[in-house]
Amino acid sequence: MKKFNLEHNFEIKNIYEYYATWIREGKLKVNSDWNKDLKIKFTVQDPCQIVRKSYGDAIAEDLRFVVKSVVGEENFIDMQPNRSNNYCCGGGGGFLQSGFKEDRLEFGRIKDEQIKATGADYCIAGCHNCHAQIHELSEHYGGNYPVVHMWTLICLSLGILGPNEREYLGDDLKEVNVFHPETAM
Amino acid sequence: MADGVVKLGGKKQSIFIDKVKEILPEGGNLNLCLTCGACSSGCPATGLDGMDPRKFLRMAAFGMDEEIKKSDWPWMCTMCQRCVYVCPMKIDIPQLVYNVRALRPREDRPKGILGSCDMALRNESTSAMGASPDDFIFVVGDVLEEYREAQPEFADMQAPIDKEGAEFFLNQNSREPVTEPDEMVPLWKILHLAGVDWTYGSHGWAGENYCMFLSDNEAWEHITRTTVNQANKLGSKIFLNTE
Repeated sequence: MKKFNLEHNFEIKNIYEYYATWIREGKLKVNSDWNKDLKIKFTVQDPCQIVRKSYGDAIAEDLRFVVKSVVGEENFIDMQPNRSNNYCCGGGGGFLQSGFKEDRLEFGRIKDEQIKATGADYCIAGCHNCHAQIHELSEHYGGNYPVVHMWTLICLSLGILGPNEREYLGDDLKEVNVFHPETAM
Repeated sequence: MADGVVKLGGKKQSIFIDKVKEILPEGGNLNLCLTCGACSSGCPATGLDGMDPRKFLRMAAFGMDEEIKKSDWPWMCTMCQRCVYVCPMKIDIPQLVYNVRALRPREDRPKGILGSCDMALRNESTSAMGASPDDFIFVVGDVLEEYREAQPEFADMQAPIDKEGAEFFLNQNSREPVTEPDEMVPLWKILHLAGVDWTYGSHGWAGENYCMFLSDNEAWEHITRTTVNQANKLGSKIFLNTE
């Protein structure tokens, strides 16, 4: 907007900040009890656009606060390097649509290795480009770790995630804490 | 590409990198490179198409305009800015890449990106998948109704479009309404439980912007303007980018 001198009467924010705020204010009563015995491990991708390029480490902390609140602190494993110093997954800048698929997968090889090095069962990717790319990396390099949106896990932890809202959960979580299981399609 | 010894010509010509310097604040620091290689060592695009960020910058500095114009590497760099983050001189290589993309005639740029941009220009949705405002309104309404019935705890849940004065204006990636509409619901539930006063816009609702990636400034501005106008019109205080 600055680039094009577009007048506007609003601020631009990212939802990570609000997820964290709503949890802190008690509006979203999330907890990680569902994962107390399951002990499923999660890592998270810091989206370049949201963290390094826009809001910096502060929003990366909000993201971690949300993740830990939802999956349990002991079930979160950080990727290295992370936050503003994180590596791009290769889904940004139009790469997903540029036609250079082999190069894109090679670009993402490092990301796949970083994810595997955490030993986590799941990778959280709260960005559509990251989600699409990492999902493909997971299949291409055979890691087969599920790649999930943040909203899915928040609703899972709130006990309000229905059976048809689990597209990206792995088999281990398809049946956990299901809201209105009778509506399964 | 740059195999063998690079021979530099005699007289200095007006080269592309100088034009980029003129449009960037502080010239993007493009002439401050110490050739340390911190950029390249931490760049996932290093090695693709025989290129890396340092080499790309050096080639531009040497005036090898034809070579950088021909290279596909600018389309493999995601402009993630990690090179800028680690650079001791804060050199803006991604901006150089963005401007190199624009050196190619529009129709010669990658078809997928071009197609997604053109799709977004087709109607006021700005959706790279071409969904119209009416399609979007229909899908949102249909899914909302289905979930209000199936999950009575959410009988009062809202998913407003063009609600005037709503505090938050949300965008929505096209993938959900077009291919997996159930995936819109978890976010709506979160907003409902948090008591958020929000709205989508019938115009400019789509979150993606491939015209920006295409390096088509005019189209990028059109897309952004469509979205900004809608949020302004509705009087929202916060434009909320979602996941």
